[in-house]
Amino acid sequence: MSERWGKLILVLVLLALAVAIPYLTTSFYVNLFTEVLIFGLLAMSIDILAGYTGLTSMGHAGIFGVSAYVVGYTLTKTTLPLEFALSLGIVASILTAALFAIIAIRTTGVYFLMVTLAEGMIVWGIAYRWASVTGAENGIRGVPRPLFVHEYWQFFYLVLVVFVILSAILYRLVNSPFGLTLKGIRESESRMRTLGYNTALHKFIGFTMTGFFAGTAGALYALYNGFVSPSAVEFAKSAEEVLMVIVGGVGTLFGGVVGAAVIIFTRNIVSLYTSRWPTIMGLIFVVTILFARNGLLGAVRSLFERIVQARRGRIESTEEVVTEGTESIEKRGAATHLEN
Amino acid sequence: MKRLLTVFMIGLGLVALAACAAPGPAAPPTAPATQAAAQPTAAATQAASGPIKIGIMAPQTGTLAASGKDMIDGWNLYWTQHGTKVAGRDVQILIEDDAGNPDTALTKARLLVEQRGVDMLVGNLAANTGLAVADYAKGNGIPYFLPIVSADDLTQRARIPNVVRLAGWTSSQTTHPMGEWAAKQGYKTAVTLAQDYAFGQESIGGFTQTFTENGGKVLAQLWNPIGTPDFSTYLAQIQSQNPDVVFVEETGADCGRFVKAWNDFGLKGKIVLLGNETLVDQSLLRGMGPEAEGIVSIGKFAEGRDAPETQSFVSDYDKAYKLLPSYYAVNMYTAAQLIAAAIEKAGGNVSDHAAFVKTVQSIEITNTPLGPIKTDSYGNPILNVYLRKVAKRPDGRLWNTVTFTWPSVSQFWTFDIASYLKQAVYSRDFQPGFNATDTLKK
Repeated sequence: MSERWGKLILVLVLLALAVAIPYLTTSFYVNLFTEVLIFGLLAMSIDILAGYTGLTSMGHAGIFGVSAYVVGYTLTKTTLPLEFALSLGIVASILTAALFAIIAIRTTGVYFLMVTLAEGMIVWGIAYRWASVTGAENGIRGVPRPLFVHEYWQFFYLVLVVFVILSAILYRLVNSPFGLTLKGIRESESRMRTLGYNTALHKFIGFTMTGFFAGTAGALYALYNGFVSPSAVEFAKSAEEVLMVIVGGVGTLFGGVVGAAVIIFTRNIVSLYTSRWPTIMGLIFVVTILFARNGLLGAVRSLFERIVQARRGRIESTEEVVTEGTESIEKRGAATHLEN
Repeated sequence: MKRLLTVFMIGLGLVALAACAAPGPAAPPTAPATQAAAQPTAAATQAASGPIKIGIMAPQTGTLAASGKDMIDGWNLYWTQHGTKVAGRDVQILIEDDAGNPDTALTKARLLVEQRGVDMLVGNLAANTGLAVADYAKGNGIPYFLPIVSADDLTQRARIPNVVRLAGWTSSQTTHPMGEWAAKQGYKTAVTLAQDYAFGQESIGGFTQTFTENGGKVLAQLWNPIGTPDFSTYLAQIQSQNPDVVFVEETGADCGRFVKAWNDFGLKGKIVLLGNETLVDQSLLRGMGPEAEGIVSIGKFAEGRDAPETQSFVSDYDKAYKLLPSYYAVNMYTAAQLIAAAIEKAGGNVSDHAAFVKTVQSIEITNTPLGPIKTDSYGNPILNVYLRKVAKRPDGRLWNTVTFTWPSVSQFWTFDIASYLKQAVYSRDFQPGFNATDTLKK
């Protein structure tokens, strides 16, 4: 019970802090936080696959970019209203994700990585070569931001609201029976199949759903930047997103946001002091892999658990506490949920 | 679960409340500008306080890093030579890495303007980074000067008043004279080869239009992707067309590979090769061997130009960095020269953005390393264009010498400006005289 209350308080505190950001800092940093939320959302969508299903996608920048391009194109080349452009972008991303999924879900491990990488490169290739629609390497420029979110702080709040709603949905999703099935597939697909689950269908639905979240992030990105260019869909972007998930913690969901914050702030703040910022970023990755295998959020969580267990150990010194880590606790939580 | 939902709803309520409230202590970025405009008399006294801040953006990481270093070296050379005090005010230079990526460039522009409070932005190399920052500058009116970015439309059909090319160029500015010159040499047929992106297409468009207008015929246009590892297929196609002349645009590592292949295939000396400025720019010539000697190209900078202002710059640059200057370096150096002159003329008052942009556009200098330079009313330089030939210096290094000079070439060449602007921007599908009708033909 206390654990749940602790979580609630944490969420409330974080939310209050997020709401306060525009009042505490300057437009530049508010814009950076906006970027963190957008790319955090994309990283979380990747974590659904990488962390919960055990399939690391290297093509999500492609899915993200399809929505950004569709929104950019619709808003600059046609007179269709904003709501329509955004929905069109998100639908396009979902369809792209579905298409990617059909091709990719038959594979696992490194093969899945390669197939999704190739799929992402196809989107990049189209963005780069289909000049009449995508503007080739100069991209689509002058994507107008709607008037009600024209100021940087208004736009930040818009992104924050979308982020909060979508992360609530994501949280609900990974803790649902469906989410548990995905975890089961990650642990042992053959066992899940033996138990009678249609694992291919689950993977397909899981992958396609990430298209919705990545697509929403892409639509917001088009409005945030005001332009879309192939740099939004290139391989480096996909890789960076996966790195965000790894740095934050694979399978922790919100780790993606932590990773996004680390990478975006390193790139933009450390570069103020040294042009060797890519070296620093590399060191952060290496240190994370060596000393915090579960990412920053995973490390914090296991530290927290150790403290809790140490305390519990002192009280019930006779009872041996089995240290199974996050997994057992999550399963217990999920089990109680299923009973509801 | 229900409780979690309630919390989220409360959170959403909070966000909604905050969003309805006033902008908060972080004032919108337009505030300082309006303030300055409201008190023009106070501006002079205000100007005397604090340094003038100039934000520089150049790629320091990524594939363009080497050229980005030339940009910064050229820029810094001016300020080490002349000191950082102009019109009694200190000039503070803030350099940021745009990584050759438009997203990064935009973030860095925001950083420089909103966080560092710079009075103007200068730089960027790749067209897409320049376009991203130009759109941002359009929104807040900050003076943005482009010494390298050459996307035609920025100073033509999609003009932004506070975005000015200083010591820069449009992609087709130098290739217009090249096409006309080639036709007048008596070359009847041509094949063009260029990288398949905006800069290549605009460069070739300029050549194609003036070459065909003067009686030449373009037999074929070949487009190679950026980063072509092997040019043999393109060279075979050129050979089969057997043109009088080949006009080539390449940048970066493609230049060295093309020039080498041209030599290896034995085409050197058989078919006349003409290059654009970047094909044999000093930044690449440094890495080329005797195969590059004798290549004729068109450009607005020739490091071998026999004028004291060019030669003193070249030797100073050589002394400082042990290299001959590339066009990236000289453009940034000349931009610094023009900006310093503008600050001087404005009496050190740069706080009124629109007025300062006007001052910059009014500057005319006759002795820059590029030659005489002034800015047209569209914000693009009018400058000399040189027909260049790669030659060996006494110390064994290669450089571009001048064989012919077109004085004061405008981005509109000799065309009627209004009808030129009615014509579409050059692209792969719009090459007047080749795959499109030339409406400007006299």
